[in-house]
Parts: sequence; structure tokens; C-alpha cells
Amino acid sequence: MQVTLRIKRFNPEKDKEPWWGEYKIDAEPTDRLLDALNQVKWRLDGSLTYRRSCAHGICGSDAMLINGFNRLACKVLLRNLGQRITVEPMRGFRVIKDLLVDMEMFLAKYRSVKPYLITYTPQPEKEMLQSPEERARFDDTTKCILCGACTTSCPSFWANEDYIGPAAIVNAHRFIFDSRDQGTAERVEVLNSVDGVWRCRTVFNCVEACPRSINVTRAIGEVKKALMFRKV
Amino acid sequence: MVQRYDVVIVGAGGAGLMAALQLAGQGHVAVLSKLYPTRSHTGTAQGGIGAALGNEEEDHWEWHMFDTVKGGDYLVDQDAAEVLCQEAVETVYDLEHWGLPFSRTPEGKIAQRPFGGHTRDYGKAAVRRSCYAADRTGHMILQTCYQQCIKNQVHFYDEYHVVDLLIEQGRCAGVVAMCLATGELHIFHAKAVLFATGGCGKMFRVTSNAHPLTGDGMVVAYRRGIPLEDMEFFQFHPTGIYKMGILLSEAARGEGGILRNRMGERFMERYAPTLKDLAPRDMTTRAIYQEIREGRGIDGKNYVYLDLTHLGKKVMDEKLPDITDFVRTYLGIDPLKQPVPIQPTAHYAMGGIPTDLDARVVIDEKNTPLPGFYAAGEVACVSVHGANRLGTNSLVDILVFGRRGGRHAARFIKENDWAPLPPKADEQAAGVMNDLKNSHGTERAALIRDALQDAMMDKASVFRDAQGLMAMREKLGELRDRYRQVKIEDHSTGYNTELLEAVELGGLLELAEVLVESALARQESRGAHFREDFPKRDDHNWLKHTLASKAGKGIEFRYKPVTLTRFEPKERKY
Repeated sequence: MQVTLRIKRFNPEKDKEPWWGEYKIDAEPTDRLLDALNQVKWRLDGSLTYRRSCAHGICGSDAMLINGFNRLACKVLLRNLGQRITVEPMRGFRVIKDLLVDMEMFLAKYRSVKPYLITYTPQPEKEMLQSPEERARFDDTTKCILCGACTTSCPSFWANEDYIGPAAIVNAHRFIFDSRDQGTAERVEVLNSVDGVWRCRTVFNCVEACPRSINVTRAIGEVKKALMFRKV
Repeated sequence: MVQRYDVVIVGAGGAGLMAALQLAGQGHVAVLSKLYPTRSHTGTAQGGIGAALGNEEEDHWEWHMFDTVKGGDYLVDQDAAEVLCQEAVETVYDLEHWGLPFSRTPEGKIAQRPFGGHTRDYGKAAVRRSCYAADRTGHMILQTCYQQCIKNQVHFYDEYHVVDLLIEQGRCAGVVAMCLATGELHIFHAKAVLFATGGCGKMFRVTSNAHPLTGDGMVVAYRRGIPLEDMEFFQFHPTGIYKMGILLSEAARGEGGILRNRMGERFMERYAPTLKDLAPRDMTTRAIYQEIREGRGIDGKNYVYLDLTHLGKKVMDEKLPDITDFVRTYLGIDPLKQPVPIQPTAHYAMGGIPTDLDARVVIDEKNTPLPGFYAAGEVACVSVHGANRLGTNSLVDILVFGRRGGRHAARFIKENDWAPLPPKADEQAAGVMNDLKNSHGTERAALIRDALQDAMMDKASVFRDAQGLMAMREKLGELRDRYRQVKIEDHSTGYNTELLEAVELGGLLELAEVLVESALARQESRGAHFREDFPKRDDHNWLKHTLASKAGKGIEFRYKPVTLTRFEPKERKY
């Protein structure tokens, strides 16, 4: 099939403002959008810039705004996008070059929730025991790949870039609901702050955007409840 | 620009992060990655990490060691395999203590499942040895190690691409890397350098490997005179998604999945009567190729089916959710209702930079170390995988030898000072960059890479012979000529990914040559290296490791003996 890609371009070394590049390519309907971007870069315009790594939805490099929705370019097929496809960088992050954005602020928020297991009791020689039910309690939020699709689809984040955002809360959830973790008290300050979980207005855009099908809004709701009742 | 560290680690997958964690608090350490660390290829590992915990049934590290040696077609260095399988157990417990969310047994222990080539009691039957977190074990390992690095305040240089290794007075003195954001070259002056840059699967058309897997660490070391060991051994994983190469974990067969040809026959029963679909990868891949050659591919084409339809929704949802998602997303089919079209996919380099048991790089057949230089994971060859790696053992390898390398480096930096920087330390790196940037040619790097990948697939993949390999040698000469005419359209300095891809291609071309020449030289069939003109294993002449060194414009070959301890080479049957 023939596809036209409209790609929002911006190179700060040359451009004062972003502009739209249009590229016609021949592709298979089963090609990923990433394959189409690669075709443009490899055959038509070598300067087109974006991040990519695993190309099958596990590494989280290539989240972008595709036909108005946040998707991973490697996890959406052309047959589901029509013959005229609009591609832009994620909203709300500083654009560095074309589709490549500045992730530093996003990762700083991730780090702020202490996304690692905190324990105070001495560890056993073998594994800490955890029942399959306890393990299931936080299974959903272990899937996060830090792509940024949820946070940059969130109107609360667009309105206030200090909001820690869904991705950081998802990663806090992953530890708060892990039966082995003893660090909830240390995460409360950030999560309960003015830029913490309470900025979530349950818009559900994050659920729609998550390429790993994490029920983000539910996870945020569970963290809110945990903070309110202080029992986890 | 010169920065000075005690240790510089290049690569932030499992091996690099594990090394960094050993060094936390021990010195001034920097971790360089051309990606963000969580984008590293470790994250795509699915099925599990092998360790004889014995949680589900009796198991012993000696059994694991035997399987590793036999799986590697006896080219494994057995002292290394012993370390691997012993330390696998404590490494898995370490990960659990760091919070890795393993799947659990009903008693709350780490759950384990069967995997290709892993057996009980020296080959009697399959054993549950693979410790898993659903089918995203690698993702959880990468996340957990990265999280621990955050906790330990490890210093990262994200998006720095290594271009050169600095050696002065016979010692490692640091690296030169390009900051992708600015295009500037940085000199990292270090007492010790540890390479954990991963593999080079992108030299093949159909591969499970991520785009950045271009063998950077291997080629940078090779250009500085360090030999590459056993590069002819490249593993093709039996079950990649047809045409795309996306990996469908061996865990699918561990949970009961079956390979079928066009007649619906479970053909692995003929090739490996005991382990059947859980035979090692090299044998299973050759069996698939054989079925296809004999006309039993689906519709006579070059693929067969992976049948998961009988596994049931519960197993698919709980134990194989990600691969279920891949099949639905990329093939548009429901693996519970239809069999999945698969073909072997280029997966793993058994060879790499030769190292000893402490991940120290060794530069000759006498195992002389290059002081201050370490390598761990797929970039290295210790050799625990020999001629064919067992499933799950790559995760064991990165963690065990990443850890040992990190620990040894921690001692090394206390006992040693910095080697002086060579004069004009970034000259060679700048030369590579400038040649590309200033080229007036008309060739597109991507088209040369396409030609490389197609030819390698055709002539140097699962079945090889002298004729094909010599044709590949010719082809590589032609591609190298074309590479000298590469043009770079993007003249900007920041995030010039076009330039980066061209640099990477230069490395791939050089590594492909090493692979092809090593394969031509080895006149036998062993593990993943199958020569149709020499179809038998030949222990008398070839029970030895290849060491390929750059010598002028050619390659010089030397060989070193395999370390045998517990297990005498035998014929391999499953």
C-alpha cells in the first residue's frame, strides 16, 4: 500500500519553528509505523530523528503521537492507521529534534518516588516468601516500560508540568503493593504533596495510551486510597 | 574534553548494571550507554534465568553444568561453566532480595519451569530450572538492576556511544565516546574499563536483536588488536515470528508448545526422541531448516508452526502474556485458536572478547590479561556457551560475570593508578567520524546494511559451506568498497543518528568478516556452526577455541585449548 506520512520536524540547529514534512512510501499493511519511519530515514531523508531500540514494544524508546494518540511506533501497524498518517512528538516534553524529546524531567519524577525495594528486616538466605496472590497484587504495574505515553497524554500534566504524573505513580504502586516492601512511609511525602497523586482527575487518557495495557487509573486510585487510609 | 574516573562501564544492560552495583561506593564510576539504560536488550529476554534452586523438583548445579557443557557441544570451558552454574543460585537470590518480582510456587518460592536442553540427572528428562517472572524475566531483571542503581546513586552518561578503546603502555587507559546530544567526543580516562555492550545480531536480516545490537564493543576492541574468540558460533533461535524475527520464547515450548510441519506432524520427535521440542536451539533450528528443505514447510514456504492452541487461556494469560500479545499485535491471530508461523531468527553471538573467570580480557592463547580491561555478557566469550548457548544461560552469564568483573575491578582500582593517556587520545575516533562526515560519496548506509543482512542470512547463517562462505567473503569486499562512498545527509551536530548508524555499519562489516573467516577456517560442524562440507564434529582437530586478530588488512588466526574438567566430550544426543 502507498502511505503518506506527515511528520512534525524540528531541528534547533536550522529551524526557528517546527514544520511538517510529507513523505510518500510503499509499505506492507502489516509493517509497523516504525518500519515506515525507518524507510523515510533510510531511503528519503537521513536527517529524520527519533529513538528506537527493540522494535517490538518492550524497551519503551519510541512513544510518539500518532494520528493524535500516544502509541509506540513499533507496536502499531500501518493497516490500523489509514493511508495518511500524522506523526508528532509526545506532548508536554521539550522537543530536542524531530520526534526525539527530553526525558530527563520524566525520569527525575520516576526517581523521586524511590522506585526500588525498601526493606529493614534482615534478608533470608534464600528467597523472601511471597504467595501467588500477594504477587498478583502488583503484577499489572510491573509491566511499565517508562515510555512516557501515559504522562504525556494526561491533561493534568499538560496543565502543570510539576505533576509527578501517572508513570511515576505506577512505579510507586509497584512497590507499595509488594508484600516484601517496607518503604511506603518514605514515598508518602512525594505522592501526597501538592504535585502528587491528587492532581489525577481520573480522565483515563493514561489507560488508553499505555502500550502495556496497564490499568493506570486504577493503580493511581489504589495509591490514593492507600494514602487516605494509610494501610497498604 | 577529558573526564577522569576510576572505572568506566560501557553498556547498561544486565552485565553493565550488575558490575556497576558491585562498584557502588568503591570508587568513582561512570556507566555509559548509547541508549537510556532501560532500553537495553536485556529487557527483551522472556523465558527465565537458569539456576538449580530445586524449588519445583530435585536439581543440582552439577546437572546444570553438564547441560551447559553438552549444550555447548563440548566447546565450553568447564571451569567457567562450573562458576556459572554454582553462582547462578546466589545471583538469583540476590535479585529476589533486590525486589525482582519472580512468579511464585504455591508455597511462595520462586517458580521454575522447563527449558530447552536443561535436564535432570545428566540428560534423563527435562527439569524445571528456569526461574521466571511471567514471560518478561529480562524486563524485570533490567528494571530491578536499574532501580538498584538509582538507589545506589550510580552515575550514568545516557546516550553516549563508544568509539575507541585507549591502551597505553600495555594497560587500558580509558575510552573515547561520542555524546549523541552534542556530537562531541569525550575522553574518559579510567583505571579500569568494563565492556558490556552486547551482541551483533544486526548483521543478519531476520533477527530477534534490537536495532542498536551492532557489536560496538567487540569491534572497538578488535581494532585495537584484541582478538575475538569463537565468532563463527552464532545462535539462531528456533522460534522467531515469521519474517519479523521477533522472539517467541522457548518458554512457550517449556509450557507445552509444539512445533509442527505442514502435515501437522510433531517433527521434533524424529530429531530428539527424549527432549523433543525442548532440544537445544541449534538442533531445533537445524531441524526446522531440514523440514523446510524437504518440502514440509507450511504451504511449501520457509516457515513452520508453533502450536500453542492446547495450552489453555490460563497458562497463556499467566505465564505467556507478552508473547500472546506479540502474536496478536504483529500477526493479528489468536494463539489459542491458530498455530503461529515461525522461522529461526538470529539471536546470540556465542563468541566475543575473550575473558577469564573474573571477566578480565585476555589477549592471547596463554590467557594473558590486558590490565584494567574487562568484558562481560554477550560482548564477551568466557566461554560458558561454547558452540551453542542454552536458553536462560545468557541471563545467568550477564549477572554472574558482570558481578565478578565488577568485584575484580573494585580490587584493581585500589591497587593501581591510572595508566597515562596516549598522546592525542581522541585522534583515531575523530578520524572515523570525520571520514564519514566529509565523504563525498553517494551510497546510503542503510542500503549497504540491507545487502549485508541479506547476504549473511543466505551464506553464513544456519547451514554453511566453503562455497557460500567464499562468496560471502567476496561480497564483503564489495560492501566495504561501497561503504567508503557513504554519504551523510544530516550535517547537524546534535543527535545525528544518521552518522551513528553509519558508524555502526562500519563495525558490522568488520565483524561479519571475522565471522565469515572464522567459519571458513573451522572445517567441522559443532553446535551452531554447521558446515555441510564437513558435517561431523572433529574433536581431534577442532576441540579448540578460535582467536581472530586484526593483522594489517587481514585476519590472523590462533587457537587455544578448551578447558576440560569434569565431562569428557561425547556424542550429543537428546
